[in-house]
Amino acid sequence: MTEVTGRIESIAGPVVKCSGIPAVRMYEVVRVGNQQLIGEVIEVGDEEFTAQVYEETSGLAPGEPVRSTGDSLSVELGPGLLGSIYDGIQRPLPELRKLSGDFISRGLSVEGINKEKKWEFNPSAKVGDKVQPGDIIGEVPETGIITSRILIPLQVEGEIVEMVKKGEYTVIETICKVKDQHGDIHDVMMLQRTPVRVGRSFKERVGMDTPLVTGQRVIDTFMPQAKGGTGAIPGGFGTGKTVTLHQFAKWADAQVVVYVGCGERGNEMTEALEEWPHLKDPKTGRPLMERTVLIANTSNMPVAAREASIYTGVTMAEYFRDQGYDVALMADSTSRWAEALREISGRLGQLPSEEGYPAYLGSRLAQFYERGGRVKALGSGDRLGSITICGAVSPPGGDFSEPVTQATLRIVKVFWALDKDLAARRFFPAINTLTSYSLYFTTLEKWQRANMGEDWPELVKESLALLQKDQELREIVQLVGPDALPESERAVLEAARMLKEDFLTQSALHEIDTYCPMGKTYRMLKIIINFAKKMAEVVQMGVQVRRILELSILDNIARMKLAPWDSYDETMDTIENKMDGEFQSLLQEMSESGLLFKETAQ
Amino acid sequence: MSKESSIVYRSVSDVSGPLLVVENTHDVSYNEVVKIRSPAGELLTGTVLETGRGRAVIQVFEGTSGLDAEVTSVRFTGETLKLPVSSEILGRVLDGAGNPLDKGPPLTAEDHWDIYGSPINPYARQYPRQPIQTGVSAIDGLNTLVRGQKLPIFSGAGLPHNRLAAQIVRQAKIPGEEGDFAIVFAAMGITATEAQYFMQSFEETGALEHTTLFLNLADDPAIERIITPRAALTAAEYLAYTADMHVLVILTDMTNYAEALREISAARSEIPGRRGYPGYLYTDLSLIYERAGRIDGRNGTITQMPILSMPQDDMTHPIPDLTGYITEGQIIVGRGLHRRGIFPPIDPGPSLSRLMKEGIGEGMTRFDHKEIQAQLYYAYSEGRDLRDLVAVVGSEALTDRDQKYLKFADRFEADFINQGEFEDRSFEQTLDIGWNLLSDFPERELKRCDPETISWARDKGVYKPS
Repeated sequence: MTEVTGRIESIAGPVVKCSGIPAVRMYEVVRVGNQQLIGEVIEVGDEEFTAQVYEETSGLAPGEPVRSTGDSLSVELGPGLLGSIYDGIQRPLPELRKLSGDFISRGLSVEGINKEKKWEFNPSAKVGDKVQPGDIIGEVPETGIITSRILIPLQVEGEIVEMVKKGEYTVIETICKVKDQHGDIHDVMMLQRTPVRVGRSFKERVGMDTPLVTGQRVIDTFMPQAKGGTGAIPGGFGTGKTVTLHQFAKWADAQVVVYVGCGERGNEMTEALEEWPHLKDPKTGRPLMERTVLIANTSNMPVAAREASIYTGVTMAEYFRDQGYDVALMADSTSRWAEALREISGRLGQLPSEEGYPAYLGSRLAQFYERGGRVKALGSGDRLGSITICGAVSPPGGDFSEPVTQATLRIVKVFWALDKDLAARRFFPAINTLTSYSLYFTTLEKWQRANMGEDWPELVKESLALLQKDQELREIVQLVGPDALPESERAVLEAARMLKEDFLTQSALHEIDTYCPMGKTYRMLKIIINFAKKMAEVVQMGVQVRRILELSILDNIARMKLAPWDSYDETMDTIENKMDGEFQSLLQEMSESGLLFKETAQ
Repeated sequence: MSKESSIVYRSVSDVSGPLLVVENTHDVSYNEVVKIRSPAGELLTGTVLETGRGRAVIQVFEGTSGLDAEVTSVRFTGETLKLPVSSEILGRVLDGAGNPLDKGPPLTAEDHWDIYGSPINPYARQYPRQPIQTGVSAIDGLNTLVRGQKLPIFSGAGLPHNRLAAQIVRQAKIPGEEGDFAIVFAAMGITATEAQYFMQSFEETGALEHTTLFLNLADDPAIERIITPRAALTAAEYLAYTADMHVLVILTDMTNYAEALREISAARSEIPGRRGYPGYLYTDLSLIYERAGRIDGRNGTITQMPILSMPQDDMTHPIPDLTGYITEGQIIVGRGLHRRGIFPPIDPGPSLSRLMKEGIGEGMTRFDHKEIQAQLYYAYSEGRDLRDLVAVVGSEALTDRDQKYLKFADRFEADFINQGEFEDRSFEQTLDIGWNLLSDFPERELKRCDPETISWARDKGVYKPS
């Protein structure tokens, strides 16, 4: 497309009205002003059009030129993404720093993927193979964790007529030539460019029957996420949204993680940048950054780029999904993204709906979350890949009735409700077990029975019932005091206290407790539920709760969360044996002193 | 971009609220500085909010009283708003826009810096890790402040947040490292008495010579408050990143700043967000708060303590709410504690320092800090919960364990949170007081502490269980 130059008519913040480019299309990228700031067309009128500019617009004046590019906002995909950190429009932040120093200045143009670096390419297709979009033609060992699979791009179908040998190539060298049915030759290189605002194609959606194990006990137990599922974590400030999402990014058993810091704090991104390269993936022992792409558009960076950052991230996630990987995408925070929408919409003079948000807020959110899912990728064979989306929501005043939270809850299937009261007591993760939910419980049940324990779903039900009963009793205690409760109900309170203190709380800062393998989670819960049952049993026989609380097994249970990842089974075996022993000797002692209501069978 | 236009426009078409509309303009840039001559001959300053189609909308910092559509003349300077910066800015008292208020000479300039600054590249940041000892136990022990952090004080009308801020400024230091330290103090719409209190307090401790004050008082033009924090932070950035100083920036009161922003927004008939504040309040506040930090390879740091008064002590009000979403925690001044005569009345429950976890422990404060902080929090919140219960059922109904927690909460407030306005406690002292208070509990009740840490404290003689 030939370049056409127009002119700026007016400027208000990130929104710039321009004229003089008749053929301009919606969502086309334009270069604005003498400094060639990057912008995107968001409204097309008769003679004028409006662009949102991804950089600060101070100093821009009417009359300055605007250049059309003919492209939609796109990202570059290929080897080199993993381990990178980008701003909202895929400019690598380390490159920006080289160009403009510690502060980001304007009009900088940097490519998303390094074009000079050579990658080791191992071809797997050969001359004469018939290929269609999505077929794998070779592999690049990109990092120690992930092998990048090179796919035939869309619109290329036919027979391979040329294929390079195994060797080192840059991402823009032709590695393969494909002749289509009309006899035209298409060059294929490792690099692909994909527009961000439409999802990449796939064959079909498939069911979600595997959980995304996060290593966070409360989540894996009570509101598990499925691979390919969508979840939201709303909470007021200080309740631990970011810490929880960081924990997911560090420990979830996805193969690739895309973390989008969208309008949040600069120091939080720095923390991830400094810490993650030193953390080891529990399965491969390689640095976590080798499976991670970071997108950092902090709150003080331009608001329009914040709007784009979510799409940039999800498009990258789709690229890895199409290669057949399980990808987890964290977006922190979708509320800031919605606020960017609101700001732009306000400047366009669109009629607002609730709280000033545009009427299309709900549909935009839905479009974004719908890009998650578990799919059969394009290409031959049944390659499965998934994108799990976890979005933080920052409701004003912690009030979940606000539009962004409500619109999100209509879409997502997992809801992790953060509780301000729990956070104030430093009870972390501050997830309220009674109000949160996961709609994947039934689809995951089969996997859980097979992989965690045949009785796992029952254990979870019993725990929930215990917590529910605890809450009811606490309301009574608030009115009449604990003395008025019978011993059996006091036992419930104590069991629930143990469940909360020794199972639900989990320290993200402790080197062992930060991650809990599924097997350990199972055994811990089983021990606590067994304890609760035994306690209820002996209390029925006349043992006082006070006596049970003196058992030294309580100390072992309190510290069982610190059992190492690889040898927790020993600790749990010891606890189980000791627990049986202590209960038996307690009963014996009581029975010898004749304090029991009835003799035990034991 | 320096075009220093000599064209003077007299084509003012509209004056409304803080805004001035000029017609028939040419090539006026967004955000450029405008000089306005009033009919009475006064020289006023403004910036361009909207430009295009031969029309520019200008916000006037001094307010528009006395301006008309006939005689008022307007000159566009072609520059964005800049502050002259040099190390000699220390010790000076300036108005809210950065013009000298003291009897001193005009500001010397080694450079002119754009007051809007540029965002720090997140890749260039360094995570804040050095604790600042404020000498206040409720902060140092429970919610430690770290160099490069932005930690606001949320307060309310009639609460002693100014005394607390002054105490922090007096006492703040990094133990064993007395480097170059500077204070930038930006007042937005506070009363002359309050400003006087701070100045006096700085003077008494000799802090004034390494302090720069930007004063926009309650009777000063409200719109000027839009630029006061930005000018102050520009000075702070110069001191930190060029003069290698550790700068503590106090911004008070951010509520007045947000109200000035709302006034402009209303005058422009923008679609309001919550409570009439503009939808971009979050973005706008973040442009101020995110200027705190530490940059890899530079020696200086910027630590911010914004103070804001919550209307009706309501933490869900947009200003504290959005602030809390940007800042790295918050210190809450509680009315209940204040009424009980506790100073500083810092309420630990909702207070939080997000950066403390990396800034405390071995080599920074003391190795037991994390554990004892968690234990004190746990015990105090148990005690607070029980207070509610006691109010209903009386204390006789409580178990022995609960009685201990109840007593602990009272002693914790009286001995740990409460301290003199001029009492400067070291990290060591603060943590020892904490252990002392925990002596009421047997070892097995201290679930948040490692057994080894407990026996260390016992050997040290600070934890003395009966």
